[in-house]
Order: sequence, then C-alpha cells, then structure tokens
Amino acid sequence: MLLGFFYQLRAGGLKVSITEYLTLLELLQRRVIRFDVEQFYYLSRACLVKDESLYDRFDRVFSAHFKGVEDLFGPDGADIPEDWLRKQVELGLSEEEKAQIEALGGWEKLMETLRQRLEEQKERHQGGSKWIGTGGTSPFGAYGYNPEGVRIGQEGSRQRRAVKVWDKREFRNLDDSLELGTRNMKVALRRLRRFARQGAAEELDLPDTIDCTAKNAGMLDIKMVPERHNATKVLLFLDIGGSMDDHVRVCEELFSAASSEFKHLEYFYFHNCVYEGLWKDNKRRHGVRIPTMDVLHKYPADYKLILVGDATMSPYEIGHPGGSVEHWNEEAGATWMKRLLDTYPKAIWLNPEPEQRWPFTPSIQMLSQLMQQRMYPLTVAGLEQGIRELS
Amino acid sequence: MSDLRFSGTDRYVATEDLTTAVNAAVTLGRPILIKGEPGTGKTQLAEEIARGLDRPLLQWHVKSTTKAQQGLYEYDAVARLRDSQLGDERVHDIANYIVKGPMWEAFEQDTQPVLLIDEIDKADIEFPNDLLRELDKMEFYVYETHQTVVAKHRPIIVITSNNEKELPDAFLRRCFFHYIRFPDKETMLDIVDVHYPGLKKELLSEALNAFYELREIPGLKKKPSTSELLDWLKLLLAEDIPAAALATGDRRKSLPPMHGALLKNEQDVHLFERLIFLNQRNNR
Repeated sequence: MLLGFFYQLRAGGLKVSITEYLTLLELLQRRVIRFDVEQFYYLSRACLVKDESLYDRFDRVFSAHFKGVEDLFGPDGADIPEDWLRKQVELGLSEEEKAQIEALGGWEKLMETLRQRLEEQKERHQGGSKWIGTGGTSPFGAYGYNPEGVRIGQEGSRQRRAVKVWDKREFRNLDDSLELGTRNMKVALRRLRRFARQGAAEELDLPDTIDCTAKNAGMLDIKMVPERHNATKVLLFLDIGGSMDDHVRVCEELFSAASSEFKHLEYFYFHNCVYEGLWKDNKRRHGVRIPTMDVLHKYPADYKLILVGDATMSPYEIGHPGGSVEHWNEEAGATWMKRLLDTYPKAIWLNPEPEQRWPFTPSIQMLSQLMQQRMYPLTVAGLEQGIRELS
Repeated sequence: MSDLRFSGTDRYVATEDLTTAVNAAVTLGRPILIKGEPGTGKTQLAEEIARGLDRPLLQWHVKSTTKAQQGLYEYDAVARLRDSQLGDERVHDIANYIVKGPMWEAFEQDTQPVLLIDEIDKADIEFPNDLLRELDKMEFYVYETHQTVVAKHRPIIVITSNNEKELPDAFLRRCFFHYIRFPDKETMLDIVDVHYPGLKKELLSEALNAFYELREIPGLKKKPSTSELLDWLKLLLAEDIPAAALATGDRRKSLPPMHGALLKNEQDVHLFERLIFLNQRNNR
C-alpha cells in the first residue's frame, strides 16, 4: 500500500527519493508511532516533504490516497449542525460576499437548498458543480470558487477529530510561492557578484603579509583585510498579468533566486510596457503607484536594470501615446523605455517566451530593437548570457 | 539507539506534529531541519530537547562568514608560524594547532548529545553541501593528523533555517523536516500558561485578542510573533494594566498599551497610527 502512496506522491509532483521512502519504512518498523493515521500523517510528512511550500501538495495526495482508511477511524460526520455552519460562514465571508448571499435569496434559501442536496447525496464527492464536496464550484463544500459558497469541513479546531488535519490544508497559501529549481538560477546570478571590501578586517591578506614580513626582516607581520561582500545593485522590473500568467512560475523562481542573491535588489511591477507609473504590490496596483520618474531619480546609474516580460502586445502599446490597455498614457512606451536605458546603461530584457517565436511577434522585435538586441530568453542559458552582458 | 521520547517540557509546548518529527529524528539519529516564522521557538527547541531528554547541548551558530570546516576543526596555521618564529617546542606536533569545532566535540561526547546548528541559511550557498558526508556517516577525516573521527553516539542534530537561502536537495534528503507554523489560539493559551501561570484569565484573553487583531493588519513589515507576545505580557504584568484598558472594543481605534513590545518597526507604528486615524474619520 505504501508503495502506491510513494508513486502517487511522485506523480503529484513531489520529488520523493528512494532513501526517504526507505527511511519511512524503517521508522514504521521501529514503531516510532502508535497505530494512528494522524501520527502517520505527521511522520510521513516530516520524512518525505522538505519544503513547507509543498505541504499543501502533500496534503492533497495524502487525502486522495488514504480516503478509505480514514473511515476506519470514525465516521465522517455527515450531519452538520446548522448553527455551526452559520458561524463558519459568518466567519469566512467578507461583507461583500454576505451581500451577495442576500442577493441570491438570502441565508435561509441557501440553507434550504443545502439540506435538500445533503439528502440527495449519499457519498463523498470531489469536483463538479452541483454536489457537496471539495474543490468544485457548487455553492456547497470546501475550497470552491463560488463566492456565496458554504464551507463545510474547514473548521480548524484540534479537538474536532472528524475533520482530518490534511483536509484542513493550512499550507495552501505557501504553495507556489517558491518552486524547486531556483538553485540553477542562483548559480547563474552568482556571476553578477561584484565584490567589494567593507566592514571589519577579519581575513588574512596573504600577499601583504608576505611583503611586510619580508620587509620586517623575517619577523611575522600579519595584515588583515575586510571580507568581500557582494556589492552589485539590481533593479528588477517585472511584467505582471495578462499574457504573463503563463509564465508566473518561472518568474517566481527568478524572483526568489534574485532576492536571496542580491543585497541591493529593488523590484517593481509593470504591465506589458513601462509607462509613467510602476507599483510594488500587485493587489494595490491601481491605488498605490510610484511615478517612474521618481524611480529614475532615486536609484543611481550604477544599478543594473533587469526587465522581465513576454513583450507580447499590440505594437501601439509601445509606439503610440495612449496605446496602453489599462490607462491613458501621455507618452509612448518607447519614450519611457529610452529614458530607462539612458539612465541605466547596464540593462537587459529577459523574455519567458520561447526564442523561436520571437520573429513572429512584432512587439518583441520592437522592444528588442529598443533594447539594442539585449533581449535574452528566460532560461538558465539565456540568463547566463544576459548576466555576462551585465557584468 | 534507545526508546527515548520527547514530548515537550514544563516550559515548552510542543504540538503533536512537532513531537512526532522530533521522535523520528531521535530514533534514527538523523538530523532534523526546523523552519518557521522568526520567534516561533526554533532555536529553543534544541535546548528543550536536551533538557527533556537530559542530554548535553552543543551549539553552533552560523553566520554569513562561517565555513563548514569550522564546525569540524580548524588548523591554526598562524599560531604555529608564530610559535616557530619564537622557537616554541609545541611547534613540532601539528596536533597542538588543531582546534576542535562543535561537531567534533559532539562526536566525542560519552552520552548522545544534542547539537544545534543554528540559522544554517545564513551561510554561503555551498555550506550545506560541505556537510553531507559528516551528517550522513557522522564521521570525518582530519588531513593534518591523518585520523578519522567517528561519532561515539550519533548526536541528535537540530538545524534551524529562516529560509533566506534555498538548501540543496541532497542535503534535504538526509534530514527530517518540520515547519513550525504560527500557533493557533488554543496552543497560544497553552504557551502563555506555561510561561506565566498566574496570569489573570480575562487579561490574557483580552491581550490575545488584541494580539491576533494586530497580526491581521495588512502590510506590517514584521508581524509580532510568539516571543514578542510573551515580552508584551511581561510588561503588562509588570505595569499591572487592567484588562479593561485592553478591551477597547475595536483595536483599530487605539494603540494597545505598551505597543513598543509588539511593533518593532517605526514604519509599522506609523502605518498603525494612520489606520487608526482613517478609521476614526470613517466612523465620524
């Protein structure tokens, strides 16, 4: 049975190795845990998952695989007291969502429908758009996307054993915030390290020590220097939304690699092409905008500029004033690009679109020309070329 | 190895998932990697395991300049060079200049020790790779004296990380992993109870409410964590602030007393004050 679980984990995108699997078996053989699913869940998680951003994936596979087992440990409560549900909904919904419920005939009607469905439905269900279960778009069940949905089984109390820990999926937020494979990118970014000596002198300066010892007629004269630190400064501009949605993963990888590699990293978001405003928090992109001019003035020319975007848009968005899809821009995107490049001579554009497709997209050609051909594919190889250009 | 079991101590509340992971690591003598928000008691865990199991504790605090070799041993060539200049007798035996690191010391203990490798992510990206064999086989080779140091008892190694750098897969595969998530209200009550058993009940529940409301505020640079809560409670106790002062109904209308213990950052305090201001204006 565990072998199936192992392969299911691997199919679910968790890179579980044979040694980790054998370790788990050894632990079971040595009776580290009592015969208890919950403890087995904790044990296998500690043993097989090594990154909290993958906890959620693990929870899903675990839940799918051990669906039958949990029934052995007690019934999955099908009769849910109404007042509990009510409390749950009130806690989980925002004011707007509550208003939406009202619009749909109100709370009473919703509960009425739920009661009917509960009677019609006899077994556990997942997905779909009508039955009560998880992951669907029906208004009833958990983790769905229907704004007026009723959450069942997400109450997070330790005492309530009927709700399985792995079904709570507390780590959902963490998934996708970090992905595997950023190490390759970091290694590529390391080329950009420019070392400068700052701070306390705590490293032996061998050439100087030898020199001074020789001058000192052979008596040792130790010279120390401060350790070298990475002094590279980077401005990272990321295209976000629209056609970039397909490339979110690789951009996140790049971002997490870059943010841990450089001490002086400033990032800003833009949409399609750079115009007069940038933003730092995508949730508040329409509220809090930072004038691009301020950015140009604030960060001196020794910053290296890395633009990340697919550069796939209508040519008007680059060439003409007022071409932006989101707002009225007084000046054309090309003007702003020129300003950026004038301020930061060391600049590259990283493009997640496959390189073969570039010749067929006019806007990529335009931007590549604006960048003076300093556009590189967002792959490890492309990143290396780009970094060589920057350093 | 033995049937040792760790189940928290009188001053450390360990949840079931944490104890399961720790016991797995203790049983097999493999390292356990602990991650979590700052202030959730990662470093303290090692101290408490040592206390709970009655084992000696060795600590190795990693900094950005730490090299893996320093945990094993260091050859103090400069001291030897100096001694040779002064004609010291000690200079003829190289072993005099081998300085043992915390891992070597842990390997030499007569009882199974607990070794804390604190904040491993602070070191260079290659640091964990340089410790693979040492953590796996619990042995290493000293080139200068041609000896192999083998652990008498596989130490219980607790490694903490703040996720500043990614750790290599090969390293992770040799460890157990646990992510200490922020405690829920009930666990938090247990934790506070362990630290301040005499705390007035109502004061505590009001303070906890204020604390969780504060954590909910979006945009805070550093969310207050468990250790900050404990500090704050200590202050509230010392000043003997009544529970009523905390229960202002809506936390968004006023700063909690002694907020300096919870908000560690000027911008955060400003943000908070601005929110209060906005809120008052909206309510008018």
